[in-house]
Amino acid sequence: MNNVYRLRKIAGSVGMYAAAAAVFVFAVFPVYWVLATALRPTGEIFTREPTVLPREITFEHFERVISGVLIPGTSFWSFLTNSLVVTIGSVAFAALVSLFAAVAVARFRFRLRSAFIIMLLVIQMVPIEALIISLFVNFFHLGNTLDMELVNNLSGVFVVYVAVMLPITILMVRNFVAAVPKELEEAAAIDGANGWTVFWRILMPLVAPGLAASSIFAFITAWNEFLVAFTFLQNNSGAYTLPISLQYYFGAVSIEWGSIMAASTLLTVPVMVFFLLVQRRMVSGLTMGAVKG
Amino acid sequence: MTQTLERPSSAHKRKGNGANTGGLATRTRRRLTPYLLILPALIILSLVLLWPIVQMVWMSLHDYGLRQLMGDEAEWNGFAHYTSVLTDERFWTIFRNTIVVCLAMVLLTMLLGTLVGILLNKLPGWASTTLGLGLMLAWATPVISAAIVYRWLFDTRYGLVNTILDALPNWLVGSGWAEFNWFNDPGTLFPILIITVVWQSFPFVAISVLAGLKSIPGELYEAARMDGANAWRTFWNVTVPMLRPLFALLLILQVIWDFRIFTQLFILADGVDNREVALLPVYIYQLGFASTPPNYGMGSAIAVIMTVLVLAITAYYLRVMIRQGEVR
Repeated sequence: MNNVYRLRKIAGSVGMYAAAAAVFVFAVFPVYWVLATALRPTGEIFTREPTVLPREITFEHFERVISGVLIPGTSFWSFLTNSLVVTIGSVAFAALVSLFAAVAVARFRFRLRSAFIIMLLVIQMVPIEALIISLFVNFFHLGNTLDMELVNNLSGVFVVYVAVMLPITILMVRNFVAAVPKELEEAAAIDGANGWTVFWRILMPLVAPGLAASSIFAFITAWNEFLVAFTFLQNNSGAYTLPISLQYYFGAVSIEWGSIMAASTLLTVPVMVFFLLVQRRMVSGLTMGAVKG
Repeated sequence: MTQTLERPSSAHKRKGNGANTGGLATRTRRRLTPYLLILPALIILSLVLLWPIVQMVWMSLHDYGLRQLMGDEAEWNGFAHYTSVLTDERFWTIFRNTIVVCLAMVLLTMLLGTLVGILLNKLPGWASTTLGLGLMLAWATPVISAAIVYRWLFDTRYGLVNTILDALPNWLVGSGWAEFNWFNDPGTLFPILIITVVWQSFPFVAISVLAGLKSIPGELYEAARMDGANAWRTFWNVTVPMLRPLFALLLILQVIWDFRIFTQLFILADGVDNREVALLPVYIYQLGFASTPPNYGMGSAIAVIMTVLVLAITAYYLRVMIRQGEVR
């Protein structure tokens, strides 16, 4: 009896580890395969007898991606610069605007407060995939009215990214502001500090880590964004961002898998780094309160 | 506690500005401050997201194409777009495919995610951390990179999957894998799309479930054990009820996310030109940007239908959020 019980327990834990190993391989293998393809010579990629480990390591694909010309008039550096400019710009702008709104929502009781929060929750859910046509038409017209190019230009993409980031960032930062004890601000106010000083000197330093986490979250979203950038920038390859550039590796005749995987790796690395920084908050941010950890 | 001494009416009047000292000007400023603070966000959201929603509805009721984009007057056509969409067999095929693919993704993601979450909770520390890191890699991969690597894995000539299937004995997997093209036919492309999406989304569910499991107080399990409940009953009577709000939320988020799939399909199907394998977002894109001449009106009609569906699910999401006190 005792032995049967023990055997079952051992079998159970063996099963558990086997399942864990299977899940691990399922999750990690595609990521590994990107890297393995990017690092092996072309001859090893286009073969009917692939090996799991590269027989030879080479950086030729990375070199080709970084110094090659994918589309005439562009370079890897122009894609990277565009991505960085539009992503960091929109994240910084959205962070500032969100911070103001979050303070309003967390610190003031005003009549439209609930309506505002509900609007954020709803807007956050409106699929950008459905809005894409009217966004394009809208920005095309707005650009004509203002006599500037909002389509085929990073500025349109920038504005859309800011708007898309706002709801989730406000809702996340709101919780961080609410977590700062009110007494601190009141004490400063009693000492004669005005609202602005309280905001920058007391609230800001305490909210900064939370704001940074929400911004990283926004950064990842914008860095990976494909549809808006692709639709808005289609006719101006000089403004392409990294994700848009990736699909140009799919040639009409052949596909250079080594280059694609190298470019894909370069796109992924910053996200992975940031992701590890904020992964704890990621869950609580997305499920907002359903997990009290 | 002193608040209770005040009469309700006066408390009501003073709601919103705690300090009633200071002059009228200070009070007005204090009352205006929150509105000034939300103003920039409100302006951006109205111009960039709310107005296009109005515009989308408007365009769906008009003949709207390239000429109208260039400045021609758009002509009201009533519900012509809607009637032609709703009687179009192609729309219904795409609609059905979207629902089926979305449900398959959501169910697989939730099932796999929950099981892995439970597994993470059971594994000892080091194994749990290692597996968690592995999951994080899949989760953090940019959507476009994920789609690209799955396209490579299933590549017709040099993809790993075809190579392995070709090497396996024919009596097991059949033959003809050497040059098998997975990406032309909905029957083989959609399963790959589903794998790609599930691969990226189950880690989020798993880690959320793990966090949920860890938040359940140990006393509850102890009490259940004292009452003589076995593992199975404990799971159904303690774990499941405690995690119900989390599951509701995860389910809604997954449905909304998976309903919107565009990029992965764009990469796997090599653009939006393959009419056989479209889902709703790709169909909208086709009508707006990949057909000559573009039909913004018709595309908008489908976009309205899609938005209404998503918002219907969102209404349920809002109820959950309100119940959790997120709106307070």
